[in-house]
Amino acid sequence: MLSFLEVFRFRRRDSPLHRLDPRVKALYLLVMSVISIVYYSLAAMFTIFISTIPLIAVAKVYKEWIRSLRGALFLASMIIFVNMLAGYLSGGFSLTMDVVSYAFSMGLRFLTFTSVFSIFFLTTTPEDLSLALEKLGVPYDYCFAFTSAIRFVPDLALEIQTVIDAQRSRGLELEKGNIIRRIRNYIPILIPVFIRSFTRSIELAEAMEARGYGASERRTSIYELYMKHSDYAIVAILLCVLALSILLRIYANWY
Amino acid sequence: MIEVRNVYFTYPGGVEALRNINLTIDRGEFTAIMGENGAGKTTLIKMFNGLLKPSRGCVLVDGIDTREASVAELSRKVGIVFQNPEHQLFAETIEEEIAFALRNFGFPEDEVARRIDSILKFTGLERYRGSSPFMLSGGEKKRLALASILVFDPDYLVLDEPTIGQDPEQKDKLLQFLVEVNRRGKTVIMVTHDVEFVAECKPRVILMRKGEIIADGSADKILVDENLMKSTSLLPPQISAFASKLNLHRPGCTILNVDDAFRILVDLYIGG
Repeated sequence: MLSFLEVFRFRRRDSPLHRLDPRVKALYLLVMSVISIVYYSLAAMFTIFISTIPLIAVAKVYKEWIRSLRGALFLASMIIFVNMLAGYLSGGFSLTMDVVSYAFSMGLRFLTFTSVFSIFFLTTTPEDLSLALEKLGVPYDYCFAFTSAIRFVPDLALEIQTVIDAQRSRGLELEKGNIIRRIRNYIPILIPVFIRSFTRSIELAEAMEARGYGASERRTSIYELYMKHSDYAIVAILLCVLALSILLRIYANWY
Repeated sequence: MIEVRNVYFTYPGGVEALRNINLTIDRGEFTAIMGENGAGKTTLIKMFNGLLKPSRGCVLVDGIDTREASVAELSRKVGIVFQNPEHQLFAETIEEEIAFALRNFGFPEDEVARRIDSILKFTGLERYRGSSPFMLSGGEKKRLALASILVFDPDYLVLDEPTIGQDPEQKDKLLQFLVEVNRRGKTVIMVTHDVEFVAECKPRVILMRKGEIIADGSADKILVDENLMKSTSLLPPQISAFASKLNLHRPGCTILNVDDAFRILVDLYIGG
């Protein structure tokens, strides 16, 4: 029932992609996003999408990748449908090949985004993410709030399941009644979950203060981010790819 | 009668929590399920009202296969009190909290009122009747959770770690209370780490380790078996360990608690 929350659970693995500096991966995210936006033909979109697959293989995260794509499939088909509908209505109630191919490339663009973001989030630990955000100038408090939010998702999922179990044991039937009744059925689930979350965050704050959180002005990290030669090489490649694709788009009029 | 036949259970994540469990709990029995953390105790009791369905094998409650009945139908027979009351308390008042299950099971309103009155008296929560469940102390919340299940009078009462967070006085009350419920013919099943508590109740003891049942028998056989208990991270009650060292256990009268020890020592001094 709560399997969609699995997407947020980070699994520690080792691969060249996992070892890559998170800032380099963030640059990859940016480059791929820009390229997917400036190009729009079906062929281009297809090429960009296919280019992400070898990385999935290198990172050994196919299962999770497939799962996020499956999750995105519904929205992608909605995008295709709406684009076709708009093309159909504006094109004098006829469906041209152009409209169909444009609609599909828009759907594919969404899947490409999903794929690229999956690569980033599946191979970057919450700690790395926090460090990278810090290096980019985000205050530590915000980084910490962000990473702890991600970290507590699995706990929260477990807790929601326990609350559902406890209330079902008292005869609660979630699937019973009309739509309004069904929404009301969730009140006995949501209240304990909210209250537990508040208690948990207060406890966490107290435990952290007890361990000296915020005691020194300048905190240091156990792990520091260092760019290796390979990281620089990849940055260079990414920038070349970006420059090349923009030049081709503008001067060769590829699309 | 609850029958568990060749049950295996694997969580969606791939953790095998139960392995080939075979177990029959008769009506009117008083049973304690014990074992180390992660032994599968809570998973096992969630099978009893169908919250979890076996991956292999089957669970029958009064002959009904749990795969063929809804959780609500089974919960009417098998009442499970969860370990942490904060996972279930949600209502504005204690009365409402207790009425929740009764309304779910479709009790008429006059019956709801009558049952709330009697359970509040029974659990000593009467003076809090109109206050918020969240105002109660930890121990009181635990009693409220118990009351909210007891009130619909299930045939099988299943408790997950009922003694956690209870002071000795409350534990004593809980003990008398469970014994009384059991005497009235209800089946009581509790999951617990609390050996001293089990030593007072002297129920049937089922020991679990790594998803399997490693021992099943009377408390005076299992609780004093130090090697068996240690194999699942438990220890015999202190007084039993002490009695074992002095070789004080007698056939037919194993020392599990202070009263047992007292009886045997009196026998020894007066008789000898």
